[in-house]
Amino acid sequence: MEQRGKGTMTDITDEVEAGAGIPGMRVSEGGETFYTASQWQLMWWKFRKHKAALVAIGVLLFLYLIAIFADLLTPYAANERFGGWEICQPASIHFRDESGKWVGPSVYKLGRTVDTETFRVKFVEDRSERYPVRFFIPAEPRKALLGVMQSWRLFGVEEGQPVFLFGSDNLGRDVFSRTLYASRISMFIGFGGVILTFVFGVTLGGIAGYLGGVVDEVIMRVVDFMVATPTIPLWMGLAAAIPRDWSVTNTYFAITIILSVLGWGGLARTVRGKLLSLREEDYIMAARVYGASPARLIGRYMLPNFMSYLLVNITIAVPYTILGETSLSFLGLGIQPPAVSWGTLLRDAQQLTVVAQRPWQMIPGIFVVLTVLMFNFIGDGLRDAADPYSRL
Amino acid sequence: MLAYIARRFVIMIPMLVLLSIIAFVIIQLPPGDYLTTYINARIAAGETFNKAEIDALRAQYGLDQSIYVQYARWMGDILFRGSFGTSFFWGRPVGDLLVERLPITIFVSLSSLIVVYTLAIPIAIISAIYKYSWFDFLATTFGFIGLATPNFLIALALSWIFFLITGGMVTSLFSLEFRDAPWSFAKFLDLMSNVWLPILIIGLSGTAGLIRTLRATLLDELSRPYVVTARSKGLTETKLLLKYPVRIAMNPVFSTIGWLLPGLINGGVIVGIVLNLQMIGPVLMQATLTQDMYLAGSIVLILGVLTVIGTLISDILLAWLDPRIRYGAEG
Repeated sequence: MEQRGKGTMTDITDEVEAGAGIPGMRVSEGGETFYTASQWQLMWWKFRKHKAALVAIGVLLFLYLIAIFADLLTPYAANERFGGWEICQPASIHFRDESGKWVGPSVYKLGRTVDTETFRVKFVEDRSERYPVRFFIPAEPRKALLGVMQSWRLFGVEEGQPVFLFGSDNLGRDVFSRTLYASRISMFIGFGGVILTFVFGVTLGGIAGYLGGVVDEVIMRVVDFMVATPTIPLWMGLAAAIPRDWSVTNTYFAITIILSVLGWGGLARTVRGKLLSLREEDYIMAARVYGASPARLIGRYMLPNFMSYLLVNITIAVPYTILGETSLSFLGLGIQPPAVSWGTLLRDAQQLTVVAQRPWQMIPGIFVVLTVLMFNFIGDGLRDAADPYSRL
Repeated sequence: MLAYIARRFVIMIPMLVLLSIIAFVIIQLPPGDYLTTYINARIAAGETFNKAEIDALRAQYGLDQSIYVQYARWMGDILFRGSFGTSFFWGRPVGDLLVERLPITIFVSLSSLIVVYTLAIPIAIISAIYKYSWFDFLATTFGFIGLATPNFLIALALSWIFFLITGGMVTSLFSLEFRDAPWSFAKFLDLMSNVWLPILIIGLSGTAGLIRTLRATLLDELSRPYVVTARSKGLTETKLLLKYPVRIAMNPVFSTIGWLLPGLINGGVIVGIVLNLQMIGPVLMQATLTQDMYLAGSIVLILGVLTVIGTLISDILLAWLDPRIRYGAEG
């Protein structure tokens, strides 16, 4: 929506520059190709113009790679505790020593002292002792991706002092490692949820749009209802019913189901609307007269026509699910410790007193915002591109 | 107009029925029923029950009957006797708890609606007029980030910033001396001095979405031929803007109340929990954690009903503003 104005402006200038003869028709890839290009080709040309969406794809790929390879990147396990290192601020990495000479990444020795005014434990750098940060340092073997044993860590110092990139929490656990491990549940719940949302939305929307009549009326009233009801109390009510002693996998699926059961409305509405308008098209009529079965009508002729809209809706549904999981886990109704998700990590920072004392525990929140933001950018780009024949 | 209102009322009824069914399902969902939980709690407290007493209690609460009868009884109690059941955690009627917390919740939600409008409308208009200026850039960035940030994070971040600047904390809607005091003007003033930050926080997320919608609609309108015509006739820019495009662009603003309101209720619940305010959120939270299902279900029901009523009012207002809706075939 935001890009619409911008898009129209550039389209107009392009049109003038390309000197296309037909008003409202812009020649994208020079001459004939525009008229012979497939729908997906046209969509890509249009999507490509949306620079923010392109960048967003790159960032998301990067984030998903981090989530998948979290084992290889994290220096510590998600629940590894360092006694005596509770509530340590994020490490400051120095590249130059006291005299200003380049020494590569290194940290100073941290000393634990008690603040004489607040009586709080704090860590102070001891500038006389410098530990260089080494990469691929040997460590206790641990099980990594696909069960491969990993006997090294990406970075760390050999002197035994832990390096907390994002600081440590009140139990002396590394927030950086926890955030990276948490991204697995948080970022992939989006896909699990979307698959279910998709199944619900397309089936129910399809039934409503294809059958029409009373069925349509009932399904659409339910959708109206779902769109108009505050979701968080509903989520909370349903999540309250999840037994607390369920395993992480069970809870994960339960949450996915809750989020999808309440989230298919928008998709169903799109599918129904598209089916209704397509039903009236001449070529559908022709196929029907020709004797095509309903399955073929929908699968072969109707579905490809609004695949692009489905794609847009799916892209919007992913961040919805991510936000849902984060909010529920934050409230303590979602993923339960010791499993980590961004929501459970932020739960540690639930009280303002905690935030005031160790603001670095809000860092997982930055990941949430970044991920959702990137999905929204892609959604915007796709929405503009979804109808390649419009505003071209 | 009357026909339109009547039609809207009829549409509302199935929604309310659906809502009550969902609330009832929520109450029934956890394994075991209310009474089992209740009896277990009493036994844990040192009381003893024999089989006959339990059966008598089951009959009293209608738990020995079919699920439909139970639903009918539950609905009947609410509709005809205003009774929502008992919260076993608080040991009090659910209705009393609701009466205590709901007014402030409604007040905060409505005030945040006003915040949304007073912030979003001018910002959107200015950023649409000065497209691609630094102001527009700021507003758009704010819109994007606001949409991508969960409510509780906004609440945490803002109250942290507030803490950094002033050193104070938002921990309650009332100062200590007014917390249990009866309502008075002084208490009201005290509420006002504390309540503005939660209202602002809840409002901000809605503002982000509205800025985007309004800006996009206004941009569409600004490129219409009638704007060019009006300008060429020599109308002053302010008059031109406020009289035509802005007025048209305002329509979606009011028609999206139905979407904005659920969001504000969501925000109210979450922010209430984060800042631990005397609103409905923490009660719901407590209820869900202890599986106090009569309370949880009733709150879901009440919040849903409030939203449906709010949407109804906004639809009627919209029909009053825009004759096309009043006389439209669909409604």
